Amino acid sequence: MSRELFTFKGGVHPSGHKEASNTRPIHPAPLPKTLVIPLRQHIGNPAKPRVSVGERVLKGQMIAAASGAISTAVHASSSGVVTAIDEQPVPHISGLADLCITIKTDGRDEWIPHAPLDYQTMTAADLRLRLRDMGLAGLGGAVFPSAVKLDPGTAQTCPTLIINGGECEPWITCDDVLMRSHADEILQGTAIMRHLLGSSEILIGIEDNKPEALDAMRAAAAKLDFAVEVIAVPACYPGGGAKQMIETLTGKQVPSGKLSTDIGIQVFNVGTAHALARAVHHGEPLISRLVTVTGHVLRPQNFEVLIGTPMHLLITLAGDREGMSGVLMGGPMMGMPMPDLEVPVIKATNCILVKSDALFPPLPRALPCIRCTRCADACPAELQPQELFRFAKAGDFGRAQEYHLFDCIECGCCSYVCPSHIPLVDFYRYAKSEIWAHEKDKQAADLARERHEFRLFRQEREKAEKAEKLAAKAQAKRAELTATPAASGAATPTEADAKKALIAAALARAQAKKAEAAPQNTDNLSPDTQHEIAEIEARRAKILELARQPLESEEKT
Amino acid sequence: MPSPFILDRSSVTQIMAWVLVALLPGIGAYVWLFGPGILVTLTLATVTALAAETAMLKARGYPAKPFLTDLSAIVTAWLLALSLPSLAPWWLIITGTLFAIVVAKHLYGGLGQNIFNPAMIGYAVLIVSFPVQMTQWAGPLELTSLDSSGVHLTLAQSAAVIFGSDLPKATLDAITMATPLDVLRTGLHQQMTGVGFEWLAAAFLLGGLLLWALRIISWQVPLAFLAGIWLTAGFLHFFDAGRFGAPWFHLFTPSVMLCAFFIATDPVSGATTPRGKLVFGLGAGFLTMVIRTWGGFPDGVAFAILLMNVCVPLIDQYTQPRIYGGARKEPRA
Amino acid sequence: MLTAILVIVGIGIVIGLTLGWSAIRFKVEGNPLAEKIDAILPQTQCGQCGFPGCRPYAEAIAKGEADINQCPPGGDEGVKKLADLLGVEPKSLDESHGTPKPKSVAFIDEQTCIGCTLCIQACPVDAIAGAAKQMHTIIAAECTGCELCLPPCPVDCITMVPIAEDLPHWKWKHPVIELKRVA
Ligand code: SF4
Ligand code: SF4
Ligand code: SF4
Ligand code: SF4
Repeated sequence: MSRELFTFKGGVHPSGHKEASNTRPIHPAPLPKTLVIPLRQHIGNPAKPRVSVGERVLKGQMIAAASGAISTAVHASSSGVVTAIDEQPVPHISGLADLCITIKTDGRDEWIPHAPLDYQTMTAADLRLRLRDMGLAGLGGAVFPSAVKLDPGTAQTCPTLIINGGECEPWITCDDVLMRSHADEILQGTAIMRHLLGSSEILIGIEDNKPEALDAMRAAAAKLDFAVEVIAVPACYPGGGAKQMIETLTGKQVPSGKLSTDIGIQVFNVGTAHALARAVHHGEPLISRLVTVTGHVLRPQNFEVLIGTPMHLLITLAGDREGMSGVLMGGPMMGMPMPDLEVPVIKATNCILVKSDALFPPLPRALPCIRCTRCADACPAELQPQELFRFAKAGDFGRAQEYHLFDCIECGCCSYVCPSHIPLVDFYRYAKSEIWAHEKDKQAADLARERHEFRLFRQEREKAEKAEKLAAKAQAKRAELTATPAASGAATPTEADAKKALIAAALARAQAKKAEAAPQNTDNLSPDTQHEIAEIEARRAKILELARQPLESEEKT
Repeated sequence: MPSPFILDRSSVTQIMAWVLVALLPGIGAYVWLFGPGILVTLTLATVTALAAETAMLKARGYPAKPFLTDLSAIVTAWLLALSLPSLAPWWLIITGTLFAIVVAKHLYGGLGQNIFNPAMIGYAVLIVSFPVQMTQWAGPLELTSLDSSGVHLTLAQSAAVIFGSDLPKATLDAITMATPLDVLRTGLHQQMTGVGFEWLAAAFLLGGLLLWALRIISWQVPLAFLAGIWLTAGFLHFFDAGRFGAPWFHLFTPSVMLCAFFIATDPVSGATTPRGKLVFGLGAGFLTMVIRTWGGFPDGVAFAILLMNVCVPLIDQYTQPRIYGGARKEPRA
Repeated sequence: MLTAILVIVGIGIVIGLTLGWSAIRFKVEGNPLAEKIDAILPQTQCGQCGFPGCRPYAEAIAKGEADINQCPPGGDEGVKKLADLLGVEPKSLDESHGTPKPKSVAFIDEQTCIGCTLCIQACPVDAIAGAAKQMHTIIAAECTGCELCLPPCPVDCITMVPIAEDLPHWKWKHPVIELKRVA
């Protein structure tokens, strides 16, 4: 190998289990009767619905548009009728529901008219806008909107482009089989990325446990009119993590708290490159993806799945077996257990891993940390997980942040090696979400303080204005009073009198106002009004009941 | 329970079991040099430790099984037993072990929570309370068999000595001797060679290397500890070779080897960062030599370790390593 | 001898002048302690602490006129933070000022609202929009849940709705590792 490779610190070598699913060819999954398409599939703002219930939609039609800078569109994966836009269970560990568009498919799978984009002649900004409308997002797991990542920003160019075919998580093979079967398209996508980012160096990193993929990619790369280096990197979890891949290939580290583009490197997953090629060369938005269904199933394999297909359908397709003990979205190191198998496949679903007690024995009970620092040796972020654990457990989030909690990539290496079997990553996730929640609370408090201070200021100002107005009025009245009786020559009303009159008038006004504003007295009411009040009371009771409902349903779950 | 869903095969039990295995060469050498009495000591310490551990777990409301099978109590017991003089009386063994398990381990919060090395606390308590008994060593077999009485204690005899010392006073006197360090203190240089202590040291070294090869201990602590001893001893020896022993002599005492590979490497009470481990080892080595040379006790290992244990939080805090993508030189808050 | 005294006196004068100058130069405006306390208080502005808002309470604590455990919205956590800041022992919340409640926002039943503007006048953060005789609504994002708008409403059309957990607000729970036997 011509290229010098670097090794990142830490990492572990769990057994791959890749052969289970990477020997069968890709199968298209059948069209389900209903598709449930969540609007929050990517990082950033959820997409905004653009269709209404009852509307017929075509395959590839945008049903929700990107909103805000970091967002991307969502499309109908097949033709049919929108039957609901409401909260549905989504693939999230919490089991909470989120806004989804449900489409009853009509089986015709009718495409919306679409055409390839002539990306060479379009301006970069236009092209990015189109890609955003095509719903492109990173398919490696992070689902960051691709259009944003394809913007080199103020730097104008991003010299190094890395296509990540690492796929280090055990069990998952969707990138592997994609590279074997669609190497050409991946490289077409790479060419578009190169065009947008103005990169001069293009590296494709593939772990050396995927020889077929390496061969296929090398063969495809040889056909290109620009230089692409396909590099075999040593298999080591989490070698497929973006930061780790960057270090392996270039020896550079992304500075803590910065983006890889700050050091002139951008990383895309092979799946994203493929989706980009489909979008540009065929005008197809992101409506399907490869999903590995593996683990405790009869025929572990990769499916081409429409976004919105319920997961249980795929498990049935792969042959479900007795003794399922749970289903993960993603691999065993970073995957999340699914609360429910009705949840749809989304853009982030790279793998559906069916667990059984034999394949994934329940974790042994945790013991106290013995400070053996194996976790620190395994941590690819070079943190001190045992210290983070201590702080997170004690709720000392400030110290945890000082010890770089937010540099943790939640790869799970530390938990994997811990001889005390402590679910370390869990503690980091907990600490991070607590810190975020505190941050949100603090922002809310700042807003409230500001508004409260403004209100006080406004009240002051209003008081001052009122006083001024009153003074002006008094002045005018006094002038009037002094002017008229001057002719009679009689006793001129003293200033005190004028003031008294004014006060009396003001009092009367104030009393009138008070009467007007005071709560209606419930005594001596006409039957009509009484009836009205009763009605209001009834409505209020109902509202109260309604208000309580969400709480109760929460308690049940 | 969220990810990860797979685990490495390592466990606390496995680590502790390897530590015990790695102690076997040392125990073998001990038996060969001092007779089988150590086996009695080990058994007694183990039984005491397990009983104390069970009682403490019960009292603190923890389940006994996962914590007993982690073997950590046995490791503590063995380390303490190997630090004691051979043929130490039974009550000495029991007191030390009890103190190590009950006070040093459980009163500080049990496995993983103890600031001090339990075995060393046990040792320190004994040497402070019973200095006489703690400095009487049964001489190596070589010496004792050369003796006119030709004493060669069997297992049963050793047990008898340990449990009640029914042996004639003369025999007991014949088989007890001062440690080489005491010997050195009294200036009896010539008797030092061929005593056999260095064989014991070598056996501990062998076990330590096994642990290192298995990555159960890191290289930093033993190396830094030995370096600390060697440098300090070399420095002293350089200035007054007559009063201070040669660095190699200090290095090859069993207590130093045992400490370097088995005691200073105790993860719970030691430093955790790579640089911190170096500091910890160096400091412990240096203090050991200082206490040996100027302190009131013949061997300073226990006190050196305990003193360094106190410094661990500080060491850790000031030796935090650079993280991935971190600035090359990190400003410390 | 004399020179020594002069030198010492000279140094003293120089240091004194520098100190005096920097005291003027770096004078800290306002009362930073009250500011810091205010930063910890939850800004619900509910007045349960017995002061007309968080800021006055913060000033009272700073002056030592009020105890640190009077703010129910801040909860025990808030008391602990105040204790940390002031270097005193944390204590538990003074229940006589109220107990912490789940975070809620006010909700106006727009059918019932008569548009009296009384709630607008009560709201400490101007989170209610509406004009006289017109129906009012609460800007949920700005409502602190202080409940001050509840009593003035003549038709009792305002209710407090607890904030339901949704995806963006979902939090990871503290992991449970069972070391002790659960008796
Ligand atoms: S691997 Fe586990 S036991 Fe070892 S230091 Fe890390 S958290 Fe503690
Ligand atoms: S999960 Fe975080 S702390 Fe643990 S090994 Fe990965 S990066 Fe390090
Ligand atoms: S009780 Fe209410 S007003 Fe007082 S400090 Fe707390 S939130 Fe602010
Ligand atoms: S709307 Fe009501 S509960 Fe909300 S901040 Fe205003 S007064 Fe308080």
